Amino acid sequence: MTQSTTKARRQEGGGPDFKASKSTKYGLDMAFTVLVTGAALVGVVVLVVLLVDVIRDGSTMLSLQFLTSFPSQIFPENGGIYPALIGSLWLLGLTAVISVPLGLGAAVYLEEYAEDTRINRIIEINISNLAGVPSVIYGLLGLGIFVELLAPVTGGTSVLTGALTLSLLILPVIIVATREALRGIPGSIREGGYALGATKWEVIWSHLLPMALPGALTGIILALSRAIGEAAPILVVGVSLYQTYATAGPFDGYMALPTQIYDWISRPQQIFQDSAAAGIVVAMAVLLLANSFAIWLRNRYQQRS
Amino acid sequence: MAIRAEGTTRSGADAWKRNSRTREARERVIKVFLTACAYLSIFTTFGIVIVLFEETSRFFLEVSPVEFLTSTRWAPPQGDFGVLPLVYGTLMATIIAIVVALPIGLLTAIYLSEYAPHGLRRWLKPALEILAGVPTVVYGYFALTFITPLFRDSLFSDIESFNAISAGLIMGVMIIPTVASVSEDAIYAVPLSLREGAYALGATRRETATKIVVPAALSGIVAAVILGISRAIGETMIVTIAMGAQANWLGSPLEGMQAMTAYIVQVVGGETPRGSITYESIFAVGSALFLMTLVLNLASYWFVRRYRESY
Repeated sequence: MTQSTTKARRQEGGGPDFKASKSTKYGLDMAFTVLVTGAALVGVVVLVVLLVDVIRDGSTMLSLQFLTSFPSQIFPENGGIYPALIGSLWLLGLTAVISVPLGLGAAVYLEEYAEDTRINRIIEINISNLAGVPSVIYGLLGLGIFVELLAPVTGGTSVLTGALTLSLLILPVIIVATREALRGIPGSIREGGYALGATKWEVIWSHLLPMALPGALTGIILALSRAIGEAAPILVVGVSLYQTYATAGPFDGYMALPTQIYDWISRPQQIFQDSAAAGIVVAMAVLLLANSFAIWLRNRYQQRS
Repeated sequence: MAIRAEGTTRSGADAWKRNSRTREARERVIKVFLTACAYLSIFTTFGIVIVLFEETSRFFLEVSPVEFLTSTRWAPPQGDFGVLPLVYGTLMATIIAIVVALPIGLLTAIYLSEYAPHGLRRWLKPALEILAGVPTVVYGYFALTFITPLFRDSLFSDIESFNAISAGLIMGVMIIPTVASVSEDAIYAVPLSLREGAYALGATRRETATKIVVPAALSGIVAAVILGISRAIGETMIVTIAMGAQANWLGSPLEGMQAMTAYIVQVVGGETPRGSITYESIFAVGSALFLMTLVLNLASYWFVRRYRESY
């Protein structure tokens, strides 16, 4: 628009034109607000529909007996998830025992000890890349290393192998969460410790780790709940889809909730589909509980600091 | 008295020295342990590369790499090992997923950082985290028993029971939290002064968000999308359950097809003897998968670094 036409417009009285463009502008803004709000709700809506759907499908099978029975091919209506539940608890416990100390250790090293050297930068990039490696690839790693190479140590396709594989899978997540928590601690805490004659490790053990724990714990709980929800890697390292005993030791075979659900889904009969839905309700209940606890913990911690 | 004091001092000094020596030793041992924990990640990567390489090289003794990479026939029982149909299945599901997750994830991120009132934000973010934590078998069940019948009754009456569109759609929902949270980090990192400048020039909230904030956060948003693509490519259970186990070169989204990850699960689920060509083929497919996600992850890391550096 040249200056003369602007001038001409102004002389005519540019009011209506300006108002019109303003109202379309505000109209567009309104529409955009509705659009982004709608988009933000899509996830929540899907989550709710999904929960309602599985609760409806699973209600026929869901009972206390479902939790305490073995799955059954002959009388599927009396079957349950007992061995899968026990197996998942074993996986959870062993994975926590293996991955938490290793993850905390790596995070403490990278945050408190490591200098900015080439190798440490490589470790850093490497960890962020490991976090993006597909879980099924970790399964192949577990198959090559824990199932075959280290069979005398791990007992082959044992629950220990499953836990080791899942530990490698979630280590990057634990390391990242713990590092973030450590980074949030002011340097004055460390200096105060050193001024009193504490060694580096004494400062870390008595001050830094306890202070970082709530933040790290949130990441750890989310990572562990992701681990026990994983089906692909443990399918590759030989989880049982059926066994007649509940896991009683780290070298035993094991079943697990997500793979039990998968096994039921892949059978065509309606009764197995219902069993799968009931299993999903149990898994989702455990998951929601764990996630709520983690989020509550983080909110409490964030309010304090 | 004086003698006793001297004695105490001497033994005290000895004890102190001993104590400090054990302390130093302990410090060293602990540092070694912590260093080992950090180096474990390097060993993990080496482990993945070695395991994949070893079995894949055995596979390539029997099947030529050229056939593997260029043939469009995948039928392991007949000895046909062209990986392209599996790649096609994976990409089909991934593209559908990104078409869903990119707009919704980005708009969600804009809502969370530019629009959401504080109270609502505190509810929405955890809800997204829960969405990200739903086990993928659950999504698979949902796609197979809810979305596919829904499509059959409404839009596409000739849809197959296993199909790419339901699997891809639900995979899109699965990666919404990834796209949204990484984009939001980037949008959040845009300095407030840019927004204030826009408002001062008379821009509305929408104009500020779409013309100032989003372009400024673009490299972070690109990183989010790349990360989302990488997640989708590596996702296993949704495509195994809802997309089928039949390789299908150039099939339509309404048909069943097999993804790379789904093939791996199919083989380990069957009774395949160790050392057979079929067994080795899952490592070859795994290698291809690993390389694809590796490139994407490194690209995403690079883009994230770029926006971190610019502000």
